[in-house]
Amino acid sequence: MKVLVPVKRVIDYNVKVRVKADGSGVDLANVKMSMNPFDEIAVEEAIRLKEAGKADEVVAVSVGVKQAQETLRTALAMGADRAILVVAADDVHNDIEPLAVAKILKGIVDEEQPGLVLCGKQAIDNDMNATGQMLSALLGWSQATFASEVDVDGDSAVVTREVDGGLQTIKVKMPSIVTVDLRLNEPRYASLPNIMKAKKKPLDEKTPADYGVDASPRLTVVSTKEPEARSAGIMVGSVDELVEKLKEAGAV
Amino acid sequence: MAVLLIADVNAGELSVDATAKAVSAAGALGDVTVLCVGANCKGAADEAAKIDGVAKVLCAEDAVLGHQMAEPAADLIVSLAGDYSHIAAPGTTDAKNIMPRVAALLDTQIISEVTAIVDGDTFERPIYAGNAIQTVKSGDATKVMTIRTAGFDAAGMGGSASVEAIGAPADPGLSSWVEDKVAESDRPELTSAGVVVSGGRGVGSEEDFALIEGLADKLNAAVGASRAAVDSGYAPNDWQVGQTGKVVAPDLYVAVGISGAIQHLAGMKDSKIIVAINKDEEAPIFQVADFGLVADLFDAVPELTSKLG
Ligand SMILES: Cc1cc2nc3c(=O)[nH]c(=O)nc-3n(C[C@H](O)[C@H](O)[C@H](O)COP(=O)(O)OP(=O)(O)OC[C@H]3O[C@@H](n4cnc5c(N)ncnc54)[C@H](O)[C@@H]3O)c2cc1C
Ligand SMILES: Nc1ncnc2c1ncn2[C@@H]1O[C@H](COP(=O)(O)O)[C@@H](O)[C@H]1O
Repeated sequence: MKVLVPVKRVIDYNVKVRVKADGSGVDLANVKMSMNPFDEIAVEEAIRLKEAGKADEVVAVSVGVKQAQETLRTALAMGADRAILVVAADDVHNDIEPLAVAKILKGIVDEEQPGLVLCGKQAIDNDMNATGQMLSALLGWSQATFASEVDVDGDSAVVTREVDGGLQTIKVKMPSIVTVDLRLNEPRYASLPNIMKAKKKPLDEKTPADYGVDASPRLTVVSTKEPEARSAGIMVGSVDELVEKLKEAGAV
Repeated sequence: MAVLLIADVNAGELSVDATAKAVSAAGALGDVTVLCVGANCKGAADEAAKIDGVAKVLCAEDAVLGHQMAEPAADLIVSLAGDYSHIAAPGTTDAKNIMPRVAALLDTQIISEVTAIVDGDTFERPIYAGNAIQTVKSGDATKVMTIRTAGFDAAGMGGSASVEAIGAPADPGLSSWVEDKVAESDRPELTSAGVVVSGGRGVGSEEDFALIEGLADKLNAAVGASRAAVDSGYAPNDWQVGQTGKVVAPDLYVAVGISGAIQHLAGMKDSKIIVAINKDEEAPIFQVADFGLVADLFDAVPELTSKLG
C-alpha cells in the first residue's frame, strides 16, 4: 500500500504572529516557517506503517510556494520515500484554499493510487480544518477525522477519533482519508545522516494546471485585524484578596 | 435568503445551547430551517421547534444517520441544499467532520468557525490561533459554514415551529460506528458553562486534578485542561481548551498551573473574567488575566475552595 501525506509549510507555531499595519494580512516576510505540526504527526504515522510492513511507499505532497520544498525535504529526512511539490503561488502571502488543495490532491491521488491519505487535522495558519474531508468528498472515499489511534488491517481500518464528548471509534473501508490529531504519536526528529540522504530523494515539481485545477480563491480577504486586546488586569496578593475582588466583580 | 442550520444532536438529544446560539447567529442571514439528524431524533426536533426564530424543523430519522457519520449525513444535507442560500452548523466536532464534505460536494469553499456575520456574503473568522481576525467575502453560490458559538447569545425557547419528517439517504457503506467512550458527568458542559476551572501541567498528576475538580464543584463549574495536562494523562481529551480543543467564553475562567501558550489562549481569551494562579510571575497567562495570583497552586487552590461560600 502506498500512503500519501499532504504537508503544509506554515509559520512556526512558536512565532508571535503580527498583523500587517495596512490590514492586508499577517506578516510572513522573514519569519521562521516549519511543517504544520499536525502534518509531522501524519508523516510519522505513515513511516510507522511502513516500518510495520503495512505500507510500502510514503509520498509527501505540498501545495504552495517554491520554498515548500524545504518542508518536503523535512518529510523525506523523517523517512518519506519521495515528494511532489505543486507550485501554486509565488508569494507566501497567497494561501491556497482547502478546496483548491483538495482538488489538486485528488489529481495526485488519481495518478498515484494510494491506499491511504494521512492529512493533518488542521493547518495552524488558516485554522480551516477542512482539506482532508474535502478530498474525501471529491474522491467518494471514507473519512476518519481527528484520529488519535489508527489501526490499518487489510481492506479496512479502525480509527479512534477525538470528539467533543470523548472518544469515538469507527471502522472505515479502504482506501480512506484519515486526518490526524495531536495525540496520535510523537514525531521523530530527522537525524543528520537522514537529512543528507533526503537531499538525494526524488522531488517532482508540478503546477495546478498539470491536474487541470484552477487554484484561485473563492474567498476574498476584505481585511485582517488584530483581535481586541483585553484591558490590563491586576495582581492580587492573597487568596483573601482574590475572593474579595471576585465578589466585587459579581463573579462568585 | 434562507438558511439550513444543522442542529447539534447527540444520541438523539438536542444540544440546546449550541443550537440556539447558532440560530441566533444565522438569523441575520434569513429564515432558519433547522435540520435534526439521528437514529432517533424526533425528541430533538420537537425541542428545536421551540427555539425562537426557527421557521421550520426537518427531522431525518434513520439508523444510517445514527452516529452522525460524515458520509451519509453529508449526502443528506447536499440533497436538501438547493433550497438554501446558506448552510450552517455550530462548530462541534460533528460539524467539523461533516460540513467540509458538504462544501466540497457543492463545489464551495467552507468558511470555518465564523465569529461574526457582516452580511450575506461577508464573515469574520479567527486565523492563526486567534492572533488575527480575518474578514472574508465568499463568491460561492451557496455559503457553507460552521459557527463558533461561544460569542453569540442563545435564542430563547418561546417558539413553535412545525416539524416535518424527511427521508434518509441510502447507506454509502463507507464507514461504520464501533463505539463511543463518553465520560458521564454531572458537571455543566464545558462549552456552555458559566464558569470554567482549568488545570495545566502544573497540577502534576491525575490524582491532584481532584483539586481542580473540587474548586470547580464549589463554583458549579465545568472542568477544563491544557493540552499538556491532557497529553500527560491528567485529564481526558474532551476537557482540552484551545486552538485544537474547545473554545469557551464563560463569565469566569480560572486557569490553574497553566502557562498561557497562545494555543491555549485561543480557546479562552474571550472569557469575561479571567483568573490565573501560577507560581511563576512571568507566566504569559497573567497578561490576559483580570486577577492574577502568584502562588503555589497546592496552597492556593484548597484555600480558595474553602473560602468560597
Ligand atoms: C499545533 C498545536 C496545537 C496546540 N493546541 C493546544 C490547545 O488546544 N490547548 C492547549 O492548552 N495547548 C495547545 N497546544 C500546546 C501549547 O503550545 C502548550 O504547550 C500548552 O498549552 C502548555 O500547557 P501548560 O500551560 O499546562 O503547561 P506548561 O507550559 O508546562 O505550564 C505549566 C505552568 O504551571 C506552572 N506551575 C507548575 N507548578 C506549579 C505549582 N505548584 N503552582 C502553581 N503553578 C505551577 C508553571 O509555572 C507553568 O507556568 C498546542 C500546541 C501545538 C503545537
Ligand atoms: N497547501 C497545502 N499543501 C499540502 N497539504 C495541505 C495544504 N493545505 C492543507 N493541507 C493538508 O490538509 C490539512 C488540513 O489543512 P486545513 O484544511 O487547511 O486546515 C493539513 O494538515 C495538511 O495535511
